[in-house]
Amino acid sequence: MKRQVPLFITFFVGTLLILSVFIPPMENLGENFTLFFDIIAVFAFFLGGGNLLRVHFKKLSKKKRDWQYSIVTICGFFFMLAAGLFKIGNPGDIASSVTAEGSLFQTIYTNMFVPLGSTMYALLGFFVASASYRAFRAKNREATILLIAAFIILLGRTPFGTMLTVWIPDSMSIAQIPNLAIWIMNSFNLAGQRAILIGIGLGVVSMSLRLILGVERTYLGDDSA
Amino acid sequence: MKKASWVIMALVTVVFVVSWIAKSSSYNGETDNYIAQGFLVTFAAFLTLSIMSFLYKDNPFYKFAEHLFVGISAAFWMCMGFWSTIVGNLIPRLSSSLSEWFKVPYIESDYNIAFYVPVVLGILLLMRLSSKRGWLSRWPLAFIVGTTAGLNFIRYLRSDFIKQISATLVPLVVDWQGVGHFFSTFSLSASGQFVAIVTNWVVFLGVFCGLIYFFFSKEHTGAFGRASRVGIWVLMITFGASFGYTVMGRISLLVGRITFLFKDWLEIIG
Amino acid sequence: MTVHNSLILPLVTFHDVGMVVSLLAIAAGLIWLFIRSLKGMEVDRRIIFLFIFAAVAAPLLFPFTFSEKATPVVKALFNKVESLPPGSHVLLSYDFDPAMAPEVQPMANAFTRHCLEKGHKVIYMCLFATGQGQFEETMRDVIAPEFPDKVDGVDYVNLGYKAGNEGVLNVIVTDFEKMFPTDVNTVPYDSIEVFKGIKSCKDLDLIISIGGGRPGIKEWVLFVGDQADVPIATGVAAVVAPQLYPYYPKQLLGLLGGIKGAAEYESELVRNYPRFKDSPTPGLKMMGPQTLAHMVIMSFIVIGNIIFFTQRRRERKS
Repeated sequence: MKRQVPLFITFFVGTLLILSVFIPPMENLGENFTLFFDIIAVFAFFLGGGNLLRVHFKKLSKKKRDWQYSIVTICGFFFMLAAGLFKIGNPGDIASSVTAEGSLFQTIYTNMFVPLGSTMYALLGFFVASASYRAFRAKNREATILLIAAFIILLGRTPFGTMLTVWIPDSMSIAQIPNLAIWIMNSFNLAGQRAILIGIGLGVVSMSLRLILGVERTYLGDDSA
Repeated sequence: MKKASWVIMALVTVVFVVSWIAKSSSYNGETDNYIAQGFLVTFAAFLTLSIMSFLYKDNPFYKFAEHLFVGISAAFWMCMGFWSTIVGNLIPRLSSSLSEWFKVPYIESDYNIAFYVPVVLGILLLMRLSSKRGWLSRWPLAFIVGTTAGLNFIRYLRSDFIKQISATLVPLVVDWQGVGHFFSTFSLSASGQFVAIVTNWVVFLGVFCGLIYFFFSKEHTGAFGRASRVGIWVLMITFGASFGYTVMGRISLLVGRITFLFKDWLEIIG
Repeated sequence: MTVHNSLILPLVTFHDVGMVVSLLAIAAGLIWLFIRSLKGMEVDRRIIFLFIFAAVAAPLLFPFTFSEKATPVVKALFNKVESLPPGSHVLLSYDFDPAMAPEVQPMANAFTRHCLEKGHKVIYMCLFATGQGQFEETMRDVIAPEFPDKVDGVDYVNLGYKAGNEGVLNVIVTDFEKMFPTDVNTVPYDSIEVFKGIKSCKDLDLIISIGGGRPGIKEWVLFVGDQADVPIATGVAAVVAPQLYPYYPKQLLGLLGGIKGAAEYESELVRNYPRFKDSPTPGLKMMGPQTLAHMVIMSFIVIGNIIFFTQRRRERKS
């Protein structure tokens, strides 16, 4: 029950979805199974929320380090959950969109979720700069190649690059930095990315096959669970 | 708490209140809820600066903002999933009374008892939270894994393997009209014939050598090793290009946040 | 004296002075950083952060804008939207979150302007839950003020978000209604005029995914573009743009990478439609801070390497 049933489910669903591509009458079945997948995905969101609460309530009850902040997490969670589930302040009735302009849910999204989410990533701008100063060294041939390519792209993606090489005649326009940057993207970058893409593609295909055939079982964890 | 912490806390509170009052008065006349609007913009700025304060060092303001983000985002995804997929796709296929309650159109022809399957599997997935019945969550997990594997198998094979190989097999001599024509029209124009030929050579050899670099079943020596070396160089240029783009992306995000602070909060730019 | 003032004042404004002073301050700071590093003195990371803040803030306070020329990858998408006859069905998928928004929201707004101006029927949807909130921004900033005559359900429709990533695409590639029985305001699929004659993605004239994460354009190419043979294009965050070049141009007809791509598209839009001359162009505005920040980062790399080689030479000598 603990291992054989999941292995059978994976095999059955995986095979069915592959077959649905080749056998048109099975298309409808394939669509339904995909819809099941979409619905289960929402339960995964519920699981995420439940797990978050479990972790933070545990931290709170055991008064672990920084337990005070768990109150913030829990309050924020329930505040957003109430605003969304009860559609508080929605301009329409229950049928209107949960993100309708003016609703509490959208207000929290715009004034809390957006600044928090975007600033988290905006910090990376500072760290990239710091890394450029401290770690980006032409230590060997490979690093030098990487540096030169990065330099051309950095220059080529700004109007400054155009200004620098605007004097180069059209018959040698490949030497103009913006054109050179475009060319690098369309040639070397394309080749390198394609090699990576093919490698990953083959990896995904072989892993999918291993999963469907039950060779790969690590996702089931160990039996003691 | 140390005295300095109290002072900082008091200072932040004062700045917050002053900003709230200033923002509210600036919105006065524009909107009916000017006090709430003033508070919201001030609070958004406070959260932005709290996260940015991490650049100085880890501090309570950052921790507060970080924990708030975690709580809000988990609930956000739950609500969106509930209204869009549970109410939007599941209920209209299972229950007319619930459809009526949620005011979503119930379509009788869409009624399908099979849609109880994802409900059961979803509930089993939640068993993950139980220490005794946790193993039951393997069933829905197996369904998720099986679906992903089944969906990806064909698509990756077609789009990321067959189509990529096909796109790599390009003519290595482009628009060839003879040696004389080639040399008489020779130029380094970005859209010229010579550059087009070089591009195709780079793509063909670059992909070939890049793949050789990733092939670990044979020792990288001799001609194979040299090709692998070329592969590394191609990959290094690729990573350099990616770095350039990454810098651009990260700076854009920073510009976005600083624009918010200057424009929406401080109103010092138009 | 009066003549002298009237000649000088319009030429040298506070804005110009501010720009020159801030550029000089940054340049002086970089020289100081170089000398300090050369002497082997430690430079605190917060000083580096300050430089980046100044490089971004100065061009925002004292803006300088540039004109952009569309590169072939951007031009291809612009021309495609341009060449479609009015009434064509274009799907815009908001596959992004607030973290990517500064880069891709300008693209989404520009696509909306272009499509609605051309008279295309626009279908909005999202694979990111946050995309639904981001669409409200387009609604507030573009559709409501600039296209008040466009009617929801007739000229455009918002389908909103559905969970399931590629699972959503696997259904809509053959049947839209199955995945989206209603739009975001629970209007039934059958009564939405935009969907007249549309059963699946195969009936669309163009799909544009705006994003930069997963699920996103890669899933659109794999599950819809290659399967249904529908023209697909994208506007993505700069971080993922290089990874998408292998799909261009056979599997992806156009590609806007980062804020530069957005600026190029906005510039092309203004050039072709003077009506949008006064519309916001955040992409173009962001190119000023972008340029200065790039220059500062390149200076960091140069300074860092000079120090590295100087130290290495010293070590070898000793």
